[in-house]
Amino acid sequence: MNLSALSIHELNSLLAQKKTSSIEITKAVFDRISSKEEKVNAYITLDQEAALLQAEKADKRLGEKDAGSLCGIPFSIKDVLCTRGLRTTAGSKILEPFIPPYNATVIEKLKNAGAVILGKVSMDEFAMGSANENCAYGTPKNPWNTDYICGGSSGGSAASVAADECIASLGSDTGGSIRQPASHCSVVGLKPTYGRVSRFGLIAFASSLDQIGPMTKDVEDCALVLNAISGYDPKDSTSVKKDIPDFRSSLTDGLQGMMVGIPREYFGEGLDPEVKQAVMASIDKLKDAGAQTCEVSLPHTEYGVAAYYIIAPAEASSNLARFDGVRYGKREMDAESLIDMYKESRSAGFGDEVKRRIIIGTYALSSGYYDAYYKKASQVRTLIMDDYKKAFSQCDILVSPVTPTPAWKIGEKSHDPLSIYLSDMLTIPANLAGIPAMSVPCAISKLGLPIGFQIQASHFNEEALIKAAHNLEQRLDMVNKKPNI
Amino acid sequence: MNITEKEVLAVANLARLKLDPAEVSSMTEQLDRILGYVAKLNEINTDGVEATSHAQAVTNAFREDELKESLPRSEALANAPKRNEEAFIVPRVI
Repeated sequence: MNLSALSIHELNSLLAQKKTSSIEITKAVFDRISSKEEKVNAYITLDQEAALLQAEKADKRLGEKDAGSLCGIPFSIKDVLCTRGLRTTAGSKILEPFIPPYNATVIEKLKNAGAVILGKVSMDEFAMGSANENCAYGTPKNPWNTDYICGGSSGGSAASVAADECIASLGSDTGGSIRQPASHCSVVGLKPTYGRVSRFGLIAFASSLDQIGPMTKDVEDCALVLNAISGYDPKDSTSVKKDIPDFRSSLTDGLQGMMVGIPREYFGEGLDPEVKQAVMASIDKLKDAGAQTCEVSLPHTEYGVAAYYIIAPAEASSNLARFDGVRYGKREMDAESLIDMYKESRSAGFGDEVKRRIIIGTYALSSGYYDAYYKKASQVRTLIMDDYKKAFSQCDILVSPVTPTPAWKIGEKSHDPLSIYLSDMLTIPANLAGIPAMSVPCAISKLGLPIGFQIQASHFNEEALIKAAHNLEQRLDMVNKKPNI
Repeated sequence: MNITEKEVLAVANLARLKLDPAEVSSMTEQLDRILGYVAKLNEINTDGVEATSHAQAVTNAFREDELKESLPRSEALANAPKRNEEAFIVPRVI
């Protein structure tokens, strides 16, 4: 039996029956990593020794009553989440030597649940990118075809789940960074409602948009991980005090009474015909499950990318000011004045895309331009939220493609930042509005590349996402489709 | 032109970034295209529309002012590129 290919819930039952152990699972995953990592390049840092110690502890705990469903399960972690004692680079050269002195709240929660942390996976530098080509430590490959991007910015998370180089992963999503790579690699990815999951210990990109979420092999696993990481945290003043349902209770069959909205604007120009066909066929499956459908309109969708590329860089320019070579990270030692030290350290430490966004953001916030750019974009953000409010008065969920096309070839768009930005037009609006959204595998293209199905719901209605996603998954034969790597 | 090389240099200075001449030229070209695209926002009339800076209406989160354990100084200093026993060391400021 190939343990690394199994899901969390499958491993749970093997562990409960004592047919395997966390040590055995963890070793199987490391075996898989050593045979596939050369092709996939998902990891930045591996920590086998610590992982095996965690697995040993988990095995002791497994017999006890408090051992939950993540106990003994090996995870890869996007390298943007602080892990105490384990190097955390955010995919950047500037943080190459950074060893966090504390854990992100989500890491603390996983550890308390007995999960095993294998190591840290690749990402676009500071989560800025959609192809994972902006990582200072190399580009991970799409396990379905290694000439293609795995998507970004949580590319290492998606690739490691798809290649069975972990059982599950945590990613982060600021404009689609969980859903887009999930879609390109045929894994399940969920961006929770803004405020559902604590951001404490997440290296900030755009604080009003960032959320941490699960990337898993199926929908049930997604529910299990979301159960573990959700909740108010006094250390994140934007996390929301809200009851957390058991998301497994949404894994029920049938969608009777559910109204599925099909937003007209998500099926416009530039949508690949194969993607469209796969999404329409999935909508039929939701109807088979008992859902009703209606057409809705989100008229400001086409302005999402423009608003986002003001708001996100503006927030980033402020957040990334902390990387100055003083308290952590790399410093250029030869600079004589303090200002030169800042400039030299930042210029040597940041890659091109990060510099580009810091400059856009600084420009948009600078005096004389603030009203024309930042204020305008924030007003458009209100209009996008209003669109959603209207849509959700007519339907329970919105369904669409995740991306207009399947993955593209590595290097194909790297010279043209704007064309990459535009590829995120279907995922960005959910971040601007703070609503939960999810990508579920729905097809494989003729070229052999995965296609994802996006579901969006109103604030704190992750249950509707999981219910619809589960019903779709049950009616498609996607979970058993694995890349031939 | 939406942005000039001179403006890019001025903004880079504010952002404490040093760009070499080739970077200034390519950055200016890319930013010009991006800002040209962003100008799309002007198609929308936003008179009287409130700005949203946050998707959740969470008001100030207060906590009791209690003494709590904090990171030991040695750990807080451990990642600094230059430090002594009690402080971060930076180039001379005055």
